[in-house]
Amino acid sequence: MSSIDMCAPENTGRQPKLIERAGVGRLIAALQQQGYRVVGPTVRDEAIIYDELASDADLPAGWTDDQQAGAYRLKRRRDQALFRYTCGPHSWKKYLHPPQATLWRAEREGGLFRILPETPRAERLALLGVRACELRALAIQEQVFAMAAHADAGYGVRLRQAFVVAVNCGQAGGTCFCVSMNSGPRARKGFDLALTEVVHAKRHYFVVEIGSERGAAILAALETRDATAEEIAAAEKTVNDAARHMGRTLDTTEIQALLYRNHEHPRWEQTGERCLSCANCTLACPTCFCSTIDDTTDLAGQRAERTRRWDSCFTADFSYIHGGSVRQSVKARYRQWLTHKLASWIEQFGSSGCVGCGRCITWCPVGIDLTEEVRAIRATKYYREPVHGDTGTRSV
Amino acid sequence: MAAKKPKLAVWKFASCDGCQLSILDCEDELLTVASAVDIAYFPEATRAATRGPYDLSLVEGSITTPHDAERIHQVRRQSRYLVTIGACATAGGIQALRNFRDVKRFLSIVYARPDYIETLSKSTPIAEHVFVDYELRGCPVNKYQLLEVISALLNQRKPVIPNHAVCVECKLRQHVCVMVARGTPCLGPATQAGCGALCPGYARGCYGCFGPKESANPPALSAGLVRLGVTEDGLVRAFRSFNAAADVFRRESELHERPNP
Repeated sequence: MSSIDMCAPENTGRQPKLIERAGVGRLIAALQQQGYRVVGPTVRDEAIIYDELASDADLPAGWTDDQQAGAYRLKRRRDQALFRYTCGPHSWKKYLHPPQATLWRAEREGGLFRILPETPRAERLALLGVRACELRALAIQEQVFAMAAHADAGYGVRLRQAFVVAVNCGQAGGTCFCVSMNSGPRARKGFDLALTEVVHAKRHYFVVEIGSERGAAILAALETRDATAEEIAAAEKTVNDAARHMGRTLDTTEIQALLYRNHEHPRWEQTGERCLSCANCTLACPTCFCSTIDDTTDLAGQRAERTRRWDSCFTADFSYIHGGSVRQSVKARYRQWLTHKLASWIEQFGSSGCVGCGRCITWCPVGIDLTEEVRAIRATKYYREPVHGDTGTRSV
Repeated sequence: MAAKKPKLAVWKFASCDGCQLSILDCEDELLTVASAVDIAYFPEATRAATRGPYDLSLVEGSITTPHDAERIHQVRRQSRYLVTIGACATAGGIQALRNFRDVKRFLSIVYARPDYIETLSKSTPIAEHVFVDYELRGCPVNKYQLLEVISALLNQRKPVIPNHAVCVECKLRQHVCVMVARGTPCLGPATQAGCGALCPGYARGCYGCFGPKESANPPALSAGLVRLGVTEDGLVRAFRSFNAAADVFRRESELHERPNP
């Protein structure tokens, strides 16, 4: 459904439609009738998280959030907007790349083991409220899991089956920088339907773009009409407003050279002292994909199980090989994460690993901000010249 | 499986018995445990006792008396594998609060006849006295981790007991971070996982029951906690609980302690 390049607008040639506020509930019902389990934003535990939606009553109507480095606060809005919040603690990877998954089980049979493979569950999910940056994240994880030489069959199945309802952002959060990463705030492709919410004093409606035949079919079951030029312009305006109010910026100019040449920059040491190596940034990140494999047995030794579990480059065990962990210091772990995310990811997968959603900034308990880290390194370059054989460092 | 079942012994030193109760709390799994091992010595559960040597000794509690400092060597000599269970046995427990004060002063305040009491000036973990094959953290231990260690030993494999932060468990369970979303002070980022992120799951901050995680960075966490309004005294109390004497927690509490009057 998606590909890595989402910057170019895709002209589907379809006339945008209009649904009223009540149409959102009908959309959820229509998806449910088609056999989809609809998951999307809902308020729980002082945050807007993703979970199953029984109806539009579960949506965060009238709620928003305030986000800063290391702080998230749920707030009331004056209006009843459904989607005027920015990305929260959860990301869609919890559905497509589940935190824990059994890969196979085995049973002892005589002197041998019999392997019982797990078949990927074929649950049909409808993801409602996917932001532009999150669409990019889905495309990036697809690149990692489904397009690799050793593809993860389960990921591909889950992604292909997922019905994606994107929602264009009508506001930007304090830690948002999708404009810098060229991944938002407008959904370009990779969706079945894309909604833009317009909330006026007297009217509350949604302009709907159709991204697929599947999307068109669902929409045909609802009461819609063609959106007027005026309504389309009002929708455009909200997205443009969001683009102008990014809480953060990240200058990606020659980012690979910048980070590779500043491997010994003193900033890494300073950030290593602030970093908790708690792994929150990587687990909140919608593109971080690292996992580990656990093998366990039952007490009697009759059954064994291999499970996959989210892991992080911030743990010592993650880089453990014979003889010890490769990255002993927290400094080395932070440097590895940031350099991979922003630089070596490009060589590995053809795009940046960062979508500018700001989760790693908000959900860092001590508020370490990768945009600030890159800025600091850029401001005081401590080059190691990329000349073969030159191992010295000098200030520039 | 081999015809002869491995012999299990459970020993108590200075402790509250909570970790031993975690064994009995295994309930559904208890019968499987009993069929996989010969419970040879477990006074908390049964008066019946078989003499050593034992294949696996589970040791609860810390060393606080001269008598126990001797007794732990006897346990070690009789045990093929010795696994310590819980914060007392692995870090000295809550009773290690004495390590920061003069224990003789407590004796005169608490006991009518202090001369009846024979105690050591410090509460110390088992590993300071004898070689320990495996340390299982927690106050109390998590019963699933306990079963995992027994299962791993029985099946001659490495136990799956991660030493990363509680935060990883929060994220695996998709809990919303209480520190970020509520401004609730939490020791999770410096504490080893194992409890299943129990307290954050109920919107409480982590109390650090499982002790320091690998590469823990308490000074950086303290700086964050101060921003949330925790006082210097609050930091001392936060790091000085069940794992007060665990090195990195001890150092952190001492950093924030005012001189003792």
